[in-house]
Amino acid sequence: MILVLESGNLQSLFDTLISEKYQIIGPTLDNSALIYDEITNVDDLPVGYTDEQDGGRYRLVKSGGKKYFDYVVGQHTWKRYLYPPEKKLFELKRKGDGFEIVENKQEIHKRAFIGVRACEIEAIRIQDEILLEGPYKDADYERCRQNIFIVAVNCVRPGGTCFCVSMGTGPRATKGFDLAITEIVDNSGHYFLIESGTKAGEKIMKEIKGKEADQNAIETADRLMKEAENKMGRRLDTDDIKELLYRNFESSRWEVVAQRCLNCGNCTLVCPTCFCINIEDISGLEVNSAKRVRKWDSCFTLDHSYIYGGSVRTSAKARYRQWLTHKLASWIDQFGMSGCVGCGRCITWCPVGIDITEEVQAIRESEGKGKIMADKEE
Amino acid sequence: MAEIQKNKKAIGFKDDPMMPRQFMIQRFRRDTVDTFSMELKPVSGPKKFDFKPGQFNMIYVFGVGEVPISISGDPTRPEKLVHTTRAVGNVTKAMDSLKSGRTLGVRGPLGTSWPVEEAEGNDVVLVAGGIGMAPLRPVMYYLLAHRENYGKIVLLYGARTPSDILYQKELEKWRSRLDLEVHITVDRGTGSWRGNVGVVTNLIGRAPFDHLNCTAMVCGPEIMMRFSALGLQKRGVEPADIYVSMERNMKCGIGLCGHCQMGPLFVCKDGPVFRYSDIKEIFTRREY
Amino acid sequence: MESLAKVLKEHPFLEGLEQRHIDFITGCGSNVVFKKDEFLFREGDEANHFYFIRHGKIIIETYIPQKGPIAIQTRETGDVTGWSWLIPPYRWHFDARAVELTRAIALDGKCLRGKMDEDHELGYELMRRFARLMAQRLEATRMQLFDVYGGNTKE
Repeated sequence: MILVLESGNLQSLFDTLISEKYQIIGPTLDNSALIYDEITNVDDLPVGYTDEQDGGRYRLVKSGGKKYFDYVVGQHTWKRYLYPPEKKLFELKRKGDGFEIVENKQEIHKRAFIGVRACEIEAIRIQDEILLEGPYKDADYERCRQNIFIVAVNCVRPGGTCFCVSMGTGPRATKGFDLAITEIVDNSGHYFLIESGTKAGEKIMKEIKGKEADQNAIETADRLMKEAENKMGRRLDTDDIKELLYRNFESSRWEVVAQRCLNCGNCTLVCPTCFCINIEDISGLEVNSAKRVRKWDSCFTLDHSYIYGGSVRTSAKARYRQWLTHKLASWIDQFGMSGCVGCGRCITWCPVGIDITEEVQAIRESEGKGKIMADKEE
Repeated sequence: MAEIQKNKKAIGFKDDPMMPRQFMIQRFRRDTVDTFSMELKPVSGPKKFDFKPGQFNMIYVFGVGEVPISISGDPTRPEKLVHTTRAVGNVTKAMDSLKSGRTLGVRGPLGTSWPVEEAEGNDVVLVAGGIGMAPLRPVMYYLLAHRENYGKIVLLYGARTPSDILYQKELEKWRSRLDLEVHITVDRGTGSWRGNVGVVTNLIGRAPFDHLNCTAMVCGPEIMMRFSALGLQKRGVEPADIYVSMERNMKCGIGLCGHCQMGPLFVCKDGPVFRYSDIKEIFTRREY
Repeated sequence: MESLAKVLKEHPFLEGLEQRHIDFITGCGSNVVFKKDEFLFREGDEANHFYFIRHGKIIIETYIPQKGPIAIQTRETGDVTGWSWLIPPYRWHFDARAVELTRAIALDGKCLRGKMDEDHELGYELMRRFARLMAQRLEATRMQLFDVYGGNTKE
């Protein structure tokens, strides 16, 4: 089923989801930053805003238009709701000489994610694979992942650091959504083309104030998406990428990038697929209670590889290499897919603007050319 | 929406692999000045703890933390779970202060095991260094319980000083057996030590085994394993017949936390026991 | 004497040597026995021999005042030990003490040195073997220096 929904009727989608007991999470502004948070009304969306993104640069700007989804991804990812930055897994209470486990009985909302981009859908699929499909699953992720309704938004205007086309993940959502929306402004007005991807999606579609899509709307959406493919801010040549990175383990380019890298871990925190976590066992103020907390971790810290006596990856170079090589090469061996979806967040949110696509390209071009010298100061 | 799968293997409490099962300390024995062994019994649930030699458990101390520790007991007697631990960090030091009757959390058994079945018909060479004797002890038990299935059994064990040698009484018993070759050496000979002085790799050259029909299992600090693997190769042992057990930071033990990565490998689920020929290319890589 | 010749002929250390060279080396050899705690050689003494250990165990050690003897490495049945006879000023750098009754074949280094100077082929063959032996000792010593097992134990 494909519908056209006039822009003025977008609220009916919100209302339908709310009446179906979904908590809606979507893009909204908080202190002039774009975040994913609970919203209830279309006016909570960053209407009329667009973004400018480049290496180490993110600006939200007023476009003067009326579009609801005229920006791409910000620093938040949906991981925040499925695999939160910090999560208490369970508590323990002392009991005699032993202890007992108090399970986390916290109710998890039925949630609708609105505004999920194609690259983010792929990121969720990647985390599903890692956290649910291996020999062991993360029970908390499983709980959070259940009952998620995904409303995808196709990227008509890709961002300055986007390269989903290179990674084969976008700009159009082709699977993994319940509903997919393309926002269109043309001669016939401002409207949304809505497709359903699941039965649950169809059920919601029946309740909203749309009309059956005409051929013109469908063709316009197709054309916009085709054009979007050519508007990627970045490009990554993935040809032979696993072997390329494996055989360049000793490349001097790692030294060059390590001179700029602050090891701050921003790239890992904004990455929608990074899954490293720490398990912290914390004892309560009164000694008879304890809890286990799962927290995001980053391979840029020394603690990440610490074993008694010292860390395995002591240099900044080794940690950057681990991150990039894991993402683009060893991830393929581990999970049969790339760990990068081309969302560009690591480029945008790197305080010094290190660009994963540029680093791969530099390594590619360096092959057989000997030592790479650091770029001259500008 | 992804199809949600049920957990395939129960290792912890209920079906959550992050929740430890409770075990009570039955016996506590000090092995050396910084090393101790504990015999554990489950407080509830299955009475037997089946495991394969080389596997490990995540051991939890209430309110302090959790660490991976290899199982060092007898796999043919699964009613006793035994761990030998060196007190070096917060958690292991806290363990060291526990007494019989107290409880610990256990998640496991985890990881790959030594190829005791594949080694049938072969000579078996065990090369242990320091605390690396603990993960190899279950192999000795297994081999002795199935003695007729193996050729020569050679244990080469290196420790820092004579007082660092683990399981001394047991080693004496094994040394007196005619169907075992047990050679021990220390890096630093002290006091009344009458045995070998020198690194454990010195023992490889003159150990009696058939290099063409042998399985070698090496466990100890990474550098000791590297040199031992070289020593075994000098003796003509094929890299595919050599196995090593790796150590990395582990927070979950089940391939989810990301800490134990060594290139494409997760040491917790692809290891800790690896075939040397599978990892020898990355074994010597720095900071991998 | 025949058994001495047999031991040397079959010893892996001399494997691949021409018979005439083995014969010459055998001519420089003699059977020796050291009782427990008897010294094979002492630091500073003239180094004119090396040893094939036929049976027993010896320890290479050095004596540190106020600390006593420090064990460096043990040598066992089948090992070849001693190379100071090969390098000027031909003095032992360490002590070698039998820790149990030890039978060995002592090779006269003085006699061999002269022959090696005349017969470079024998010289090369023996040098090659001792180079390998020294490399093994160096590797083992380096590993000992790593102190790989760490730990809190007092020495």
